[in-house]
Amino acid sequence: MRPVGAAAPLEVRIAEKTFISAQGVALTALRDLAFEVPHGSFACLFGPSGCGKSTLLRILLGLDREFSGSYTLPGGQTRTAAVFQEPTLLPWRNVACNVELALPKAARKTDLDWLFEALGLAEMRTLYPSELSLGLARRVALARAFAIEPSVLFLDEPFVSLDEPTAERLRGLLMSVWSARPTTALMVTHNLREAVTLSDRIVVLTPRPARVRGVFDIRLPREHRNRQVVDDLLRAFHIKFPEQAGGGYA
Amino acid sequence: MPALTVAASLAALGLLWWLAAGAWQSRALPTPVAVWRTLAAEAASGDLFYNLGATLGRVVAAYIVAMVVGTAIGTFLGLSRRADRFFNPWLVLFLNIPALVVIVLAYIWFGLNEAAAIGAVAVNKIPNVVVTMREGARAFDPAYSELASVYRFSWPDRIRHILLPQLQPYLAAASRSGIALIWKIVLVVELLGRSNGVGFQISLYFQLFDVAGILAYTLAFVAIMLAVEFMMVQPLERHATRWRRRAA
Repeated sequence: MRPVGAAAPLEVRIAEKTFISAQGVALTALRDLAFEVPHGSFACLFGPSGCGKSTLLRILLGLDREFSGSYTLPGGQTRTAAVFQEPTLLPWRNVACNVELALPKAARKTDLDWLFEALGLAEMRTLYPSELSLGLARRVALARAFAIEPSVLFLDEPFVSLDEPTAERLRGLLMSVWSARPTTALMVTHNLREAVTLSDRIVVLTPRPARVRGVFDIRLPREHRNRQVVDDLLRAFHIKFPEQAGGGYA
Repeated sequence: MPALTVAASLAALGLLWWLAAGAWQSRALPTPVAVWRTLAAEAASGDLFYNLGATLGRVVAAYIVAMVVGTAIGTFLGLSRRADRFFNPWLVLFLNIPALVVIVLAYIWFGLNEAAAIGAVAVNKIPNVVVTMREGARAFDPAYSELASVYRFSWPDRIRHILLPQLQPYLAAASRSGIALIWKIVLVVELLGRSNGVGFQISLYFQLFDVAGILAYTLAFVAIMLAVEFMMVQPLERHATRWRRRAA
């Protein structure tokens, strides 16, 4: 991670990531995986399940340093935010405290009303995570990520195991807070429709060991992507990537 | 009616004592009234509160030292498997050293002073705390540590908001057995090498064969430890687990 200019892209160049199992069997999860996410754009990592998407995210989050290759995070002094598959809220702290804890000490006094308001959490601040539904807990995880005004945002299937109307509402909320202050974002997903609806760029991965099969850029602004347009984009995606099993294609 | 049952039970015990003291009249078994008179006299002279205070101070100091040191070592051993494998035999050894040996050695090596007394009590308790806290640290959820590292929690925040809440049930368990064990050992420490405190008074009354004095001090101290349990330990625990009790 070398410091770079503020408008630099997220650059990923992983040469190899291999796990050694307890029995000594080597399993290569990633090999020659390289792509970029332009500054301030929203990208999705799409690929078959078990191909190494979450492994890559763990590397980019600095949680796994055993790999060869490099990556560059955007922004001079990087503030990384993550929304994990599980909401991962501290059960012993209430909603407001969970969000504030992610902030550096000096920023704890920041007014976060707009964020709680935008995510529909204004009434929930004094509740504990055990009192929230999964959908609400995920919203709190989103609030925490956006509260720190990150220079890069990673999301690992943040809408998985929600019923479709709840997931749809949450995608809308994600886009409204993200659009208020666009930040370079990379989201892992299995759901192609979700990827097509949300992203500027879809990075399509091969089965393990993951490489980039291709990149699918969508230049059409999100607000113009109605159901008809999304269906057309999905069709175009399948023409470009005929061998890709269409997760979420309906 | 648990409160009524407790009162009835204690009253029955007192009655039994009173009957036994009436049947076997001796200085070795004073009546409850005689013990109460001794207690009142000791309280009036101020000796009772001076000695109770001295003992309570030692209990608190030894408790704090044992909990802090034991938690630090236990957490370390729980997180580092290699260190745990190396130090486990030490732990087993210390768990099995009799309290009396530690106290005697502490007085020989460090002199008959307050630090040796408190240290000896703490050393007796530390291995138990280590064992409990090691279990607590082994049960840490890695998801919370990863969260803390991604969001760059400061170390004080990690300890306060990630480590301690996860250790809380283990801390409560270690605290409970800790207070019970510590105050008993403190009396031995006082008996062997201090010139005040409940243990010292009991040794004094032992030499005088004054059972009323021994019982007066014992009952007073038991009452204080029960008050600590009900007025401090339990409310603190309720505060620490408030997030558990509210259902979804």
